[in-house]
Amino acid sequence: MALPNKPAGELRAERDPKVEKRDVDVLIIGGGMAACGTAFEITKWADSSTKILLCDKAALERSGAVAQGLSAINTYIGENKPEDYVRMVRNDLMGIVREDLIFDLGRHVDDSVHLFEEWGLPVWKKSDDGKNLDGKKGLKAGTLKGGATPVRTGKWQIMINGESYKRIVAEAGKKALGADNILERCFIVEILNDKADPTRVAGAVGFSLRENKVYIINAKVIAVACGGAVNVYQPRSVGEGKGRAWYPVWNAGSTYTMALRAGAELSMMENRFTPARFKDGYGPVGAWFLLFKAATVNGLGENYAASPESKAELEKYAPYGTAAVTPTCLRNHLMLNEYKAGRGPIIMKTSAALAKLAETMDKKEMKHLESEAWEDFLDMSVGQAGLWCATNTEPEKVDSEVMPTEPYLLGSHSGCCGIWCSGPEEDWVPASYKWGYNRMTTAKGLFTAGDGVGCSGHKFSSGSHAEGRMIAKSMLQYLKAEGSKVTGFKETDQELVDFVYKPVRNYLDNCNYTTATDVNPNYCKPAGMALRLMKMTNEYGGGIGTYYMTSGKNLEILMEKFEMFREDLDKIAAGDLHELLRAWEINHRLYTVQAHCRHIQFREESRYPGFYYRGDFMGQNDKEWFCFTNSSYNKATNEWTLKKVPYIKIIS
Amino acid sequence: MPSFVIAEKCDGCKGGDKTACMYICPNDLMVLDPNEMKAYNQEPDQCWECYSCVKICPSQAIEVRGYSDFVPMGASVVPMMGTEDIMWTCKFRNGVVKRFKFPIRTTPEGEANAYADLKGKDLNSGLLSTQEADGYVLKAPTELA
Repeated sequence: MALPNKPAGELRAERDPKVEKRDVDVLIIGGGMAACGTAFEITKWADSSTKILLCDKAALERSGAVAQGLSAINTYIGENKPEDYVRMVRNDLMGIVREDLIFDLGRHVDDSVHLFEEWGLPVWKKSDDGKNLDGKKGLKAGTLKGGATPVRTGKWQIMINGESYKRIVAEAGKKALGADNILERCFIVEILNDKADPTRVAGAVGFSLRENKVYIINAKVIAVACGGAVNVYQPRSVGEGKGRAWYPVWNAGSTYTMALRAGAELSMMENRFTPARFKDGYGPVGAWFLLFKAATVNGLGENYAASPESKAELEKYAPYGTAAVTPTCLRNHLMLNEYKAGRGPIIMKTSAALAKLAETMDKKEMKHLESEAWEDFLDMSVGQAGLWCATNTEPEKVDSEVMPTEPYLLGSHSGCCGIWCSGPEEDWVPASYKWGYNRMTTAKGLFTAGDGVGCSGHKFSSGSHAEGRMIAKSMLQYLKAEGSKVTGFKETDQELVDFVYKPVRNYLDNCNYTTATDVNPNYCKPAGMALRLMKMTNEYGGGIGTYYMTSGKNLEILMEKFEMFREDLDKIAAGDLHELLRAWEINHRLYTVQAHCRHIQFREESRYPGFYYRGDFMGQNDKEWFCFTNSSYNKATNEWTLKKVPYIKIIS
Repeated sequence: MPSFVIAEKCDGCKGGDKTACMYICPNDLMVLDPNEMKAYNQEPDQCWECYSCVKICPSQAIEVRGYSDFVPMGASVVPMMGTEDIMWTCKFRNGVVKRFKFPIRTTPEGEANAYADLKGKDLNSGLLSTQEADGYVLKAPTELA
């Protein structure tokens, strides 16, 4: 018997936390690539009297999606045209994208890549005789900015030695902004609206993960850039392995939920990403496909993607399916057809690929190639290397399975859900796409970047950083023009403390009612709620359990479950500060995945076969649905509104 | 593949100003038991195996054990961080050992150029500060629909 009941964590939560108030001009919420971009750029444009604060729930040095490192930069325009970048993104995302945002990103992204290299990120170069030079050897061949040739694995990707990618980028951001203007381990949970004009933002509230303290922040302009959403659907691994998410497991949908609740419209939230990755370890497949030219076969050893059946299937989705590069969702779609026909699993022929390369390489070159293959994992997905070691998988001898993962919600990788944002104020941008400030959401004074900006995927790490830099300027434009209109929020300190620390009070008020702290009829715990959410989305919202299939009736049932879940969040309990973090994350996950499923419910077609299907509306219906879908939420009345927004083609 | 702390090696970073693993973990998993002065991973099923704690630990007290729900036992992947390179030792279940060394940065730590003295001129243009300084001309699309 463990009585008296006590919380599991070391940092016990107290009923009445301290309050620390901040009054700033600019608040940056998040610490990943985008936020580090804003931190770097904003100091170049702000005058010395402008007060800037960045809040990160983790430590900048290793926060966000690049925490572990990366082995490639997936967006470097280089010798290509930004117009072609737009065309590539548009085709991959089945036609409905914001071409203004994508073009704008394309003409800025290389500048960030050049900075990364200057800051110390090793970028691979091609030597004159066609060899790959990495590390400092790459630098001897010159810089990208100076015109040296990168090692391209595809049209847009370049190879790096990226273990310390985030540390390098964070270092520049931290130095530029200054340590005094950064609060680490501060989790912002809600953005607050202006008391005179509720369509405007005026501040935010959060708490410390290290001491019992609530931060109440007045701000005139705010950037929210906290990544995408992970563990919103039941993962394939449900034990310890649910941490081995493909995208960072700490991405809790905070970006979308906080913006939505502040009154910003979300767009294309039905879009999701279910990447096909090495099974279980979720290691990257890009280098294997592009650099090593490996093929995938079905369980019968057939090159299924080239079969007449697959070709006929792709023709159903012309022009996307018949384009030179098959969209990511349709590649999944072909894979799923094999599984459903009993022709699984899908196997990547790593052994054949390496054997073919060996034909033209000497022993030393092969050794280097092997090293490159392992670096691909060790730079960004160490667990996959661990899995290969544990299963005695030497890729030159043993092939590996590839499989689509559980769904993820994001706007920077091969997905485009996010917040509806203004494009740049330029003549070529349609009037309905711009409202004064580049990347401002429809909530006045609230900006976003990276995973936050909807309808414009394929930014990846470099594009997210560049976009973070871009909003630094538009935020300051807003501050200058409209900062004086911000009058502050209506909530009192006490109301905000009660709101943020509700889970702590729930725990303390009830924890002694039962003899075991986790089972109590008067409260629910974050760990259980996380499983409850993932079970309902998996079963009704098109998760792995149904091969990503859902329907109107399933979604109707899911909405009822979401509503009870939302009501129960009022009783979520946290006994320690770590659990309080989890309590607020599950809150953010709920609104985000609910938006996702409401969009799927609203869009009566299957726009992204391979990512999800509406069984009652299979196929694409361009006549009715070649448009954006936007949603908004009224937190005072708990009402959702969905609408169609016209798509405008800009690039030929 | 959750991280674990080897009891004998962990000293709770008592010589430092903060517990390194607790400082760095992106998911707030590493925590110090102040009575024992030992750190531990408080929520192994939320570990992304990003190795941030393993790489930063000054006592090399942290390693990773494969996820219990799909990884067979007996293998290990151990990094050793340097200032310019990282060394990896990958031990297979069957005893095969592979070692790799990869560059991590080309400048000394702390030397990233933050352009502290750079001030932008035209706030209303679409140019980033370094683009403006370089005389970059902002492109508008020419291949219009």
